[in-house]
Amino acid sequence: MSSAAITAQNPAGSMLRVYRTEAKYEFIKTLRQPAYVIPTLTFPAIFYVMFGIVFGGKQAIGSITVSTYLLATYCAFGVIGASLFGFAVGVAMERGYGWLQVKRASPMPPLAYLAAKTAMAMAFSAILLVLLFALGVMFGGVHLSAAKFFGLMGTMIAGTIPFCALGLVIGCYSAPNSAPAVVNILFLPLAFCSGLWLPVQMLPKFLQHLAPFLPPYHLGQLALQQVGFAAAGHWTQHVLALAAFTVAFLLLAQRGFTRDDVSINA
Amino acid sequence: MKDEKKVVASLTGVTKKFGEITALNNVNLNVRAGELLGLLGPNGAGKTTAVRLMLGLSKPQAGRVNVFGRDPRSASARGRIGAMLQVAKVPETLKVKEHIDLFRSYYSNPLSLQFTLEAAGLEGLADRLFGALSGGQKQRVLFALAICGNPDLLFLDEPTVGLDITTRHLIWQQIRRLMQQGRTVVLTTHYLEEVDALADRVVVLNHGSIVAEGTSTEIKSQTSQRKIRCVTRLRRSEIENIASVNGVSEQESRVEILTAQVEPVLRELFILDPELTGLEVSNSTLEDAFLKIVESKAEAMKAGQEMTI
Repeated sequence: MSSAAITAQNPAGSMLRVYRTEAKYEFIKTLRQPAYVIPTLTFPAIFYVMFGIVFGGKQAIGSITVSTYLLATYCAFGVIGASLFGFAVGVAMERGYGWLQVKRASPMPPLAYLAAKTAMAMAFSAILLVLLFALGVMFGGVHLSAAKFFGLMGTMIAGTIPFCALGLVIGCYSAPNSAPAVVNILFLPLAFCSGLWLPVQMLPKFLQHLAPFLPPYHLGQLALQQVGFAAAGHWTQHVLALAAFTVAFLLLAQRGFTRDDVSINA
Repeated sequence: MKDEKKVVASLTGVTKKFGEITALNNVNLNVRAGELLGLLGPNGAGKTTAVRLMLGLSKPQAGRVNVFGRDPRSASARGRIGAMLQVAKVPETLKVKEHIDLFRSYYSNPLSLQFTLEAAGLEGLADRLFGALSGGQKQRVLFALAICGNPDLLFLDEPTVGLDITTRHLIWQQIRRLMQQGRTVVLTTHYLEEVDALADRVVVLNHGSIVAEGTSTEIKSQTSQRKIRCVTRLRRSEIENIASVNGVSEQESRVEILTAQVEPVLRELFILDPELTGLEVSNSTLEDAFLKIVESKAEAMKAGQEMTI
């Protein structure tokens, strides 16, 4: 045991430090997982290049170009994916394999665990947004003022929250191995029906009526308003809808997160 | 010295059920300051459930759980506790030192990183990703996470399960060192050897009930039964009267005598019956004997109740 100092005092007011440390290691841990990083960053970029730049290009839709329109919706698409996969797969694995128990037995504030995962989803969202924006400007002839760009960034980063909550619900109720499949089954159809792949006006009528009941639709509309497209509804409606979904998801997740009869040791 | 008697954690009249299965049935258990309490029992005995209750990870249907005079879920109780639990998978993309650094940040007066690495036998592995470690090394990281908060009370749930002898002895050595620093440890295991090597006091659990309690020597003497078989004219009641005979059964022409003290019993037998023949002494292993005692006691206690899990 030799000469090493035995204890080290953690500075007072260390609550903030716990949250920071938790978020830092959540980010580092995820950054080393190609199974998360690669699809999260490349799929939205590939889809955007295909639909938004190669096929759509500079045609007009309303007052803006297709490449600008789809930049907004693929930003929403990417941010939703980063949140859903980050939370659902992470929580399902850590809960299902007993790791969450070890953390819950420690003095870690449970909120720090959720805040760290949210911060991680926001960080990857920010990287993705910059990537999509760069593609749009360089190859899609997108022109956005700094105000619009930062408006879009801010809206999308805040927009991770409802989808982190949905991911938490999935993570709380699915087995570690099935979580990625559950997310894929939900995510792709939800995104399509919400008009994130193709403009919602191009979808069949019944889907256009269905869309307002899906959370991604509202984030898509908020994104479109940020880039100057006259989207349906006032922005407050969309924010309220997303807030309501968030509350509902958190209530659903609450029971599952602290469910105590999970035992890996039969 | 009076402090030795202080109860730091307790289960009082605790019953815990998972659906139809009763994991713990009206259990009373006290953990006293400075002791190493061994919870011994076969798989499914309720050891892990007892630990999870004391960690506040699970709530009992009946009874009270108390840790440092508080609800185990309170932050002030958790700040004094460390736990090594059975985990199927730990995040693999963090380095050993990163895992430890994160857990240290939860506590107000943690052990230094260097000290923790040394105490868990992880020198030289600080920069290794968790996923690149061997089974024994992974187990030692979990041990490091349990101790890095400098806890007063440490729960070790099957700390050496599935480990090779060398790693097991290494962990034992580290547990003994912690004990020298005046910590309280609750250790669950199904290795009799392990409580014998470490524990001050042993509680034997089976099918959710406490079936024996005492020092490890006492438990051992109860469990290290040997079997004497012979043909004798002595009656059963006469044999039962011999000191330290724990059980007599008749099988055809032979009797079977259970005892922990073979030699004195034999001497007495020969005095009472010099014509005794067909002598056989079998040396059942400690583990065999332990399982037998646990099973027979549980059967006696719950006669008629089917409790096979």
